[in-house]
Amino acid sequence: MKNQALGSRGEDDVMKYLQQRGCTILDRNWRIKEGEIDLVAQSPDGEIIFVEVKSRSSRKFGDPLEAVNAVKAQRLQRLALAWLVTHSAFGRPFRIDCAGVLYSIDGRNEIDYREGVL
Amino acid sequence: MTLARVHTIALVGLVGHLIEVEVDISEGLPGYSLLGLPDAALSESRERIRSAFLNSGLPWPNKKVTISLSPAWLPKSGSHYDVPIAIGLLVAQGVITNPPPESQVILGELGLDGTLKFVRGVLPTLIAALSFNASSAIVPMANLNEAKAVPGFEIVAFNNLLEVVDFFTRGQIPDEAATEDQIESRDYLDLIDVVGQLPARKALEISAIGGHHLLLIGPPGTGKTMLAERIPTILPTLSAQESLEVSAIHSVAGSLNQRGVLTRTPPFVAPHHTTTTTAMVGGGSHAVKPGAVSLAHAGVLFIDEAPECATGVLDSLRQPLESGQVTISRAVNTVTYPANFLLVLAANPCPCGRFNGRGRACTCSSMQIRNYLKKLSGPLLDRIDIRAFVEAPTRVEMASELLGESSACVKERVIAARGVAAERFKGERWSINSQIPSSELRGRFKAARDGMALLHAELDSERLSARGFHKVLRVAWSLADRAGRTIPSREDVEAAFIMREGTFL
Repeated sequence: MKNQALGSRGEDDVMKYLQQRGCTILDRNWRIKEGEIDLVAQSPDGEIIFVEVKSRSSRKFGDPLEAVNAVKAQRLQRLALAWLVTHSAFGRPFRIDCAGVLYSIDGRNEIDYREGVL
Repeated sequence: MTLARVHTIALVGLVGHLIEVEVDISEGLPGYSLLGLPDAALSESRERIRSAFLNSGLPWPNKKVTISLSPAWLPKSGSHYDVPIAIGLLVAQGVITNPPPESQVILGELGLDGTLKFVRGVLPTLIAALSFNASSAIVPMANLNEAKAVPGFEIVAFNNLLEVVDFFTRGQIPDEAATEDQIESRDYLDLIDVVGQLPARKALEISAIGGHHLLLIGPPGTGKTMLAERIPTILPTLSAQESLEVSAIHSVAGSLNQRGVLTRTPPFVAPHHTTTTTAMVGGGSHAVKPGAVSLAHAGVLFIDEAPECATGVLDSLRQPLESGQVTISRAVNTVTYPANFLLVLAANPCPCGRFNGRGRACTCSSMQIRNYLKKLSGPLLDRIDIRAFVEAPTRVEMASELLGESSACVKERVIAARGVAAERFKGERWSINSQIPSSELRGRFKAARDGMALLHAELDSERLSARGFHKVLRVAWSLADRAGRTIPSREDVEAAFIMREGTFL
């Protein structure tokens, strides 16, 4: 599977995961010059959730979540603020989550979802 | 359990500090932070531990790992924290369900394949651990010999990380590696090999009896080094306490394996004359390592070609010569090592080395000859009690079938004479002649009346300094002890004077 397709499939699966837990999806692949936010959602209690999705087809290069390093974490924080400002939501409660999606050969996925990690 | 707590020891010099290693695994992005002032080798521990876990088939936590080494203010250095951190990680992940007891200290470096590797300073570390009421220790198999030298300790040694896991989960103790027989590396040296050299032999013996520092002067190839190397063979063997002290210093320096654990032979250390002050007295930026003066503790420090040394290097010996210890201050900490050694300097009589006898072969100018020995500074020379001239053996001596005395024979006399001195100084702060305080030499420990008169005359004629006066008396005591006299006679004082000043005018 091509990396891009894998990434978008991972985002689909995480989107479903969030919807099952009563979240509304506000945005997907929101892109500005600085970078991209994979998913923006709103939790049932009104909190805005920014989600970084990391998909992998094996653990050969480490755990999916290990790919989120300090530089990426900082960028995510800046992007989250940028989204809030452009959507007149600055000041609303928000959190940044990370989701690692691991696909096995038979197509099953395993979602490792971590809340409020940044 | 997501929080684990194990114990290890940090060494600062020879002083240990109990270190609590706390490992916490919490939700969050995968990460590893090591707190508590780690140095470079310690910061690299993550890579070693991670590879060791993966290659041993142990789970690596893909969570936020926080490791704290407390007390946090103490700068920590070295690689022996790998194994305690690894065990902490295994406990925190629940792989090991019964954690190590409070009274257990853990030491060891990890290889990428999970082997436990040799670390320095295990001996002093465990001695320090005793004072923190520790009763057992986990060490790498390569350190087992050394660790077993510490009395009253239960030692468990491992080859690799999986054995450690087996031990904690099933109580399985790995077989101990066969211990190699210890070799006394200098056993083959003996004074019997030295041809002739009667005055120098006597100087060596007196030096060994009283612990008097020695300067050997002679042309190259006459046997200065040969003589000096044999001094440890005529010194009394080290006591158990001294042996432990010496082994502890060598353990920190990483030279214990060459020397052998708890070797009773006094050490012989011969730094090259190009050595730096730091190598001589000890130093280093994060872990302050012992220098040559401390490695020679309770033994002999031999400096060949002493006038070729940088002046600062020789002068740095003055403080340890006075106090028997050396204190080194660095930005991270201040460390004191014992440095109570017998100093033996060797020098050529002139730069070309051939100014002996009538000096016919010498190519040096008279100025060069005069300046050569001046490179040994006055204050240092003042601390040398005995000067001995080493001449090339004569044809008769070379051809002689008669052998000189053996080390064992001389050592017997040295031990006997030291015994006499120890008996005399019972209840005092010192036990050998070179340590008699000056005031006592003018009071309780005077020489015979005519001997003292001789020295007073020398003082009056300004041929002898006040320090020289006391030094001569100390050597005279050693001569008297060797001859079995209860007080130094006029002859002893005279002989001591010649030994110190070279000539008697």
